[in-house]
Amino acid sequence: MNNNINLTIDNIPVTVPKGSTILQAARQVGIKIPTLCYHPDQAVKANCRVCVCEVEGSRLLQAACSQPAMEGMVVKTRTPKVIEARKTILELILAHHPQDCLNCIRNGNCELQDLAAEYFIRDNPFELKRRGLPKDYSTPALFRDPDKCILCRRCIDTCSVTQSVNALGLQNRGFETMVVPSMGLDLIDSPCVMCGQCIHACPVGAIGEVEEIDKLLAALADPNKVVVTQIAPAVRVAIGEEIGMQTGELPMDVFVAGLRQLGFDYVLHTNFTADLTIMEEGNELLQRLNEGGTLPMFTSCSPGWINFCETYYPDLLDNLSTCKSPQQMFGALVKTYWAEKMNIAPENIYSVSIMPCVAKKYEASRPEMDDSGYRDVDLVLTTREIGRLFRMSGIDFTQLAGSDFDSWMGAYTGAGVIFGASGGVMEAALRTVYEVVTGETLQDVNFTVTRGIEGIKEAELDLAGTTVKIAIANGLSNARILMDQVRNGESPYHFIEIMACPGGCIGGGGQPITKANTKRVERIEKIYAEDEKMPLRKSHQNPEVKVLYDEFLHEPLGEKSHELLHTHYHAKNKKYL
Amino acid sequence: MDYKEILAQYRDLPGGIIEAFHAIQDEFGYLPEEAVLEAARGFAIPVAEAFGIATFYSMFSVKPRGKNVIRICESAPCHIAGATEVIAALERELGIKMGESTSCGRFALEFTECVGQCQGTPVITINGKPYTNVSPAAIPNILAEYKQA
Ligand code: SF4
Ligand code: SF4
Ligand code: SF4
Ligand code: FES
Ligand code: FES
Repeated sequence: MNNNINLTIDNIPVTVPKGSTILQAARQVGIKIPTLCYHPDQAVKANCRVCVCEVEGSRLLQAACSQPAMEGMVVKTRTPKVIEARKTILELILAHHPQDCLNCIRNGNCELQDLAAEYFIRDNPFELKRRGLPKDYSTPALFRDPDKCILCRRCIDTCSVTQSVNALGLQNRGFETMVVPSMGLDLIDSPCVMCGQCIHACPVGAIGEVEEIDKLLAALADPNKVVVTQIAPAVRVAIGEEIGMQTGELPMDVFVAGLRQLGFDYVLHTNFTADLTIMEEGNELLQRLNEGGTLPMFTSCSPGWINFCETYYPDLLDNLSTCKSPQQMFGALVKTYWAEKMNIAPENIYSVSIMPCVAKKYEASRPEMDDSGYRDVDLVLTTREIGRLFRMSGIDFTQLAGSDFDSWMGAYTGAGVIFGASGGVMEAALRTVYEVVTGETLQDVNFTVTRGIEGIKEAELDLAGTTVKIAIANGLSNARILMDQVRNGESPYHFIEIMACPGGCIGGGGQPITKANTKRVERIEKIYAEDEKMPLRKSHQNPEVKVLYDEFLHEPLGEKSHELLHTHYHAKNKKYL
Repeated sequence: MDYKEILAQYRDLPGGIIEAFHAIQDEFGYLPEEAVLEAARGFAIPVAEAFGIATFYSMFSVKPRGKNVIRICESAPCHIAGATEVIAALERELGIKMGESTSCGRFALEFTECVGQCQGTPVITINGKPYTNVSPAAIPNILAEYKQA
C-alpha cells in the first residue's frame, strides 16, 4: 500500500506521507505559511486561523496547520482572498493588543510583530480595545503581561504537557477569555516552578524573564564594588544566537573578553563549581551506597526541578542530593575562599551569575542562600539579558581578541562543560566515581548512553563488582514518571539525574528564545564538541579544585563543605495543584 | 449537604464535574473556592483546569452572589428590543451594577445569552424562570415577588 499523498501547493507538486498537514507539506517545499498558535513540538490547536489557505473545491478557507493533505488536493497559499483573510485576522488580533512594541521585551523577536510587518498592517479598521489587565510580577523569575496575550495557548500546552506542572489554564470565554495561573491567582501562588519554559512557548511578549540589567549597571558604576561574574556551562553555546552568530560559534575566550568590555572586574566560571559539585555529589553517592543512605539519590542542580520536588514530591526530599547547585556553591565560595585568596573584602564583592535559567533568579533569592555571611549570589542575569547588553554595547565580536578566565575559580574540565546538557551531570559523575571506586583510569570517558534529548534515558554501570543503575530525565513530565516509580517503591535506580528543562540547561528558560526542540539538539551537539576538545575531561583532574581542597575544604563532604556547599529543601505546601 | 458529598454522587458519570458544579451551585448559590479545589481532587484534574470549567459557563459563578439570580439576555434580538433600558431599570431599582450582588444577599444581576424566548423580547430570567416582553415599568412588580423570600 502506498502511504504517500500527492498534492500541489501554489502549482508546485509535493509528495508527503499520509497524515501530513498542508502546513507540513508546504514547509517541505519551502513555502512559508504564517502561523501563531502552531508550535512544532506541540499538538495542533488551530485557534488563531492566521494560517488559512484556499483549497480547490472547498468554499471555506482551510487552516493549513490542522487540515490534512489529501490526494490530488490543489492548495493556493497566496491568492488575494487568502491575503485579505489573513490581514483581517491579524487586524482583529491587533485590535485587542496593546500597541506597545517600543516598550516590549520581545521587540524585534515577536511572531505577531513580524506578521504585522509582513502583512503591512497600517490603519486598523477595527476599534482598538485593550483589556487593561494588570501585569503579574509576583515571582522573582518571570512576569506575565496578560494584556499582550493572544490566547494561542502554547504556554498552557508547555506547562501542562511538557512540564506537567499545570500552573496555567483558561478563565471565562469569549472576549473575556484569559490565560491565568490556577484559580486566577498570582503566579507565585500557583504551582508554577519558575522553569520559564512558557517564555519560549509564547509567540509574543506576554511572558518574559524579570529583567535586572539596571542592577548590574548600578554595581558597575559603584567604585567600591568588585564585580565578579560566573558563567554557567550552557551559556556559551547559545549566546552567539543573541548577537547574530550561529549556535556555538562564539569562542569562550572572546566571550570572556566581551564581558571584560562590559566592565566586569573578574570573570570566573560556574564550570569550576560544576567540577566541584561532582567531587561532592560523587562522594555523597558513594556514601549513600556504602552506608545504606536514602536511594535513589537525585541530582540537585536544577532549581526548577527543586521547586517541582518541593511542590509535588515533598515526601521525596530526602532523596535529593544535599549538594547546592553549582551557582550557589560558587556564590558561597566567592565571598569566602576566593575573597581570602585575592585579598578582597567580601562585603565589596558583587557576585553576578550568567545563567541559562530564570529559576536561578529565584534560587539566588532563597533566604537560606547566605552561608558566606552575605548574599551568596547578588544578581542573576539570563543569557538573553547578557545578549541585550552585548547588542547595546556595540562590541564587534569578530574583531575582539580573546581573554582568559581569572584565577582560582576559573579553571574547568570537560566534565564541567557537559553539565549544560541533559545527562551531563550523570556522565561527569560517572567519570569521577568510576576512577575513585576502581582506582583504575577510565579508558573511554564517553558514556554516550547518557546523551541526547530523549525524555528518559537509563543505563547500568559496573563499579568494581557492584551494578549501579542510573536514570536521566529532562522535562518535568518525564521527571514525574521516575518520581512516581520512586514513590510507589518501584524504582530500580540508585542515581537519578533530573533537569527541569527539555534538553537540560541548554534549553533553559533564560536561553535565547527557542522555538523548536531542533535548536536544543543543535546546542547539545556543540556542548559535546567542546568537551571533546578539552585537555582535561574529569572533574577530579581540575587543578584549581585540587587547590581548593588542599588549602580550604580539605576533603569532600568535610566540615567546611557542609557549612558552605550543602543545604536542605522544604515542602512548599501549595494549595492549588 | 456539603460539596464532598455532592461531588461523590457525580464522580463516576461522564462529564460529571459539570453536573456536580450545577448541584453545588444550586445548593450554595455559587462555587466556593474549596469546592473547586475539592472537585479537582475528586475528578483527578489540575486545579487550573477545574477553574477553567467553573468560569467557562456563564451559569456558574466563583464569587458569592445574591440568592435570586436575575439574568438579562444580551443577544441581538433582545438588545434591539430594548434590553439596555431594562438593565438601567434593574440597576436603579436594586442599586447595583451588572455583575454585582445586593448587600442584603438577595439579588444578583448577570448577563446571559439567548435563552430561546425570542418571541417575547426583551427577556429576563430569575432563577431560571423566564419573563418575556419586559418593560422598565414592569420591573418593580416582578421584583416584588422575590423581595419577601
Ligand atoms: S508582543 Fe509583539 S506585537 Fe505586542 S507589543 Fe510586544 S513586540 Fe509588539
Ligand atoms: S514557568 Fe514553567 S511552571 Fe511556571 S507557568 Fe511557565 S511553564 Fe509553567
Ligand atoms: S501567554 Fe503567550 S503563549 Fe500563552 S496563550 Fe498568551 S500569547 Fe499564547
Ligand atoms: S497556526 Fe493554524 S490556526 Fe493558528
Ligand atoms: S435573543 Fe433574548 S431570548 Fe433570544
